[in-house]
Amino acid sequence: MHGYAYVVAGWLVLVGALGIVRSRHLVHAIVSLSVVQSGTYVFLLAVGYQWNVPAPIFTSRSAVTRAVVDPVVQAMTLTDIVVSAMVTALLLALAVQIEKTHGTVDPDRLRALRG
Amino acid sequence: MNAVLIGVALTLVAAAGAVVALTGRPGRQAVTLSAYGLLLALLFLVLQAPDVALSQIAVGTVVVPLMVLLAVRRIRRGRR
Amino acid sequence: MTRTVRLVVFGLGGAALAVLFALALLRMPPFGTADHPYRDLAVAAAAAHQTGNAVSSVNFDVRGLDTLGEEIILLGSVVGAATLLRPARDESERREPRGGRVLDSTALLCWVLLAVTTLIGIDVVVHGHLTPGGGFQGGVVLATGLHLLYLAGSYPALRRLRPLSWYQWGEGVGAAGFAAIGVAGTVAGGAYLANVLPLGTLGHIASAGTVPLLSLAVGVAVTCGTVVLLAQFLTQELRITRRE
Repeated sequence: MHGYAYVVAGWLVLVGALGIVRSRHLVHAIVSLSVVQSGTYVFLLAVGYQWNVPAPIFTSRSAVTRAVVDPVVQAMTLTDIVVSAMVTALLLALAVQIEKTHGTVDPDRLRALRG
Repeated sequence: MNAVLIGVALTLVAAAGAVVALTGRPGRQAVTLSAYGLLLALLFLVLQAPDVALSQIAVGTVVVPLMVLLAVRRIRRGRR
Repeated sequence: MTRTVRLVVFGLGGAALAVLFALALLRMPPFGTADHPYRDLAVAAAAAHQTGNAVSSVNFDVRGLDTLGEEIILLGSVVGAATLLRPARDESERREPRGGRVLDSTALLCWVLLAVTTLIGIDVVVHGHLTPGGGFQGGVVLATGLHLLYLAGSYPALRRLRPLSWYQWGEGVGAAGFAAIGVAGTVAGGAYLANVLPLGTLGHIASAGTVPLLSLAVGVAVTCGTVVLLAQFLTQELRITRRE
């Protein structure tokens, strides 16, 4: 159990990258990229986890002395999710635009067009 | 108990991530991506990160898959 | 580069990365450790500013400048996607989108759900400093709820509830509001995004100083940004005539 969460994070990055490498469709590559980025969410939250303590939300002043899970990495993960969604949106718009101008979204055929 | 829950959630996420990345057809990927987003949100809940889970449910299971679906349909129509 | 060569290159690179990552993991603190120095500092900072939700405290108080950067990424991405997805010169927008009939009960359910999600979204935004949530999560919920109208088969109703220019303005106003609160911090507190408002008592709705205001600004920006973004993709899909 020691490093399993980290291993899963690394696995997501690699399997997402494999998806990009094997991709025959730009949208597929974009979705795979978002899987790569989701590895970073798992990694960040794994870094901040502590066994058997609650979320970093306090309902009263007296509760503040209690140990909680690290809020810093959670805030970073939130930013990460937003940035990932925005990058995905922008890339999808680019893919739509590429289809309009080149008539294909297969990365290999796009390369052939340019060559 | 916590260790078991986290272990199960991590395993599900690892498997679902592979399914999403290796699903060949982007149209179907929108569906697997949505399911993957939900599993990630469950993992975040188990890891005591409700803020992140909430954001992941809204973004990862609804908004991003919807954009993927619309983009795929637009591209498919253009190519016909 | 053929597909086989590309896969081989990826295999080598991936294997090397996996080895380096495994070596790095050996020096990592174990998963679930009790030793979290940043946690201790962040929780102390949240308590000092009477913020119940320590994640919101990090996002809007301690790391406020990063969140401003995130807002600008959001703005840039929305503007970029809107520019890319403008109807091209050889395309024309249809007035009436094709729309199948939807059962009345489905439509009713979607309207009810719209009301529910709107309430939940507002609740999540305004209590972001107390309970899980905040401007970002609530904003996405609000924007998603609005698109239930599309499921209700009422694209015209969606377009009526969604005068897009308002949302484009909203996006800008939200981001500008965030920046303006930061400037107010400079004027009153001597540092950009300084938490200058009365802090109140932890757990009360009026607490945490500028945190709920910044959260609200982000909520407005994210709601509007997401609506504008989804609108671009919906327009592409529904209202651009096919080139046959």
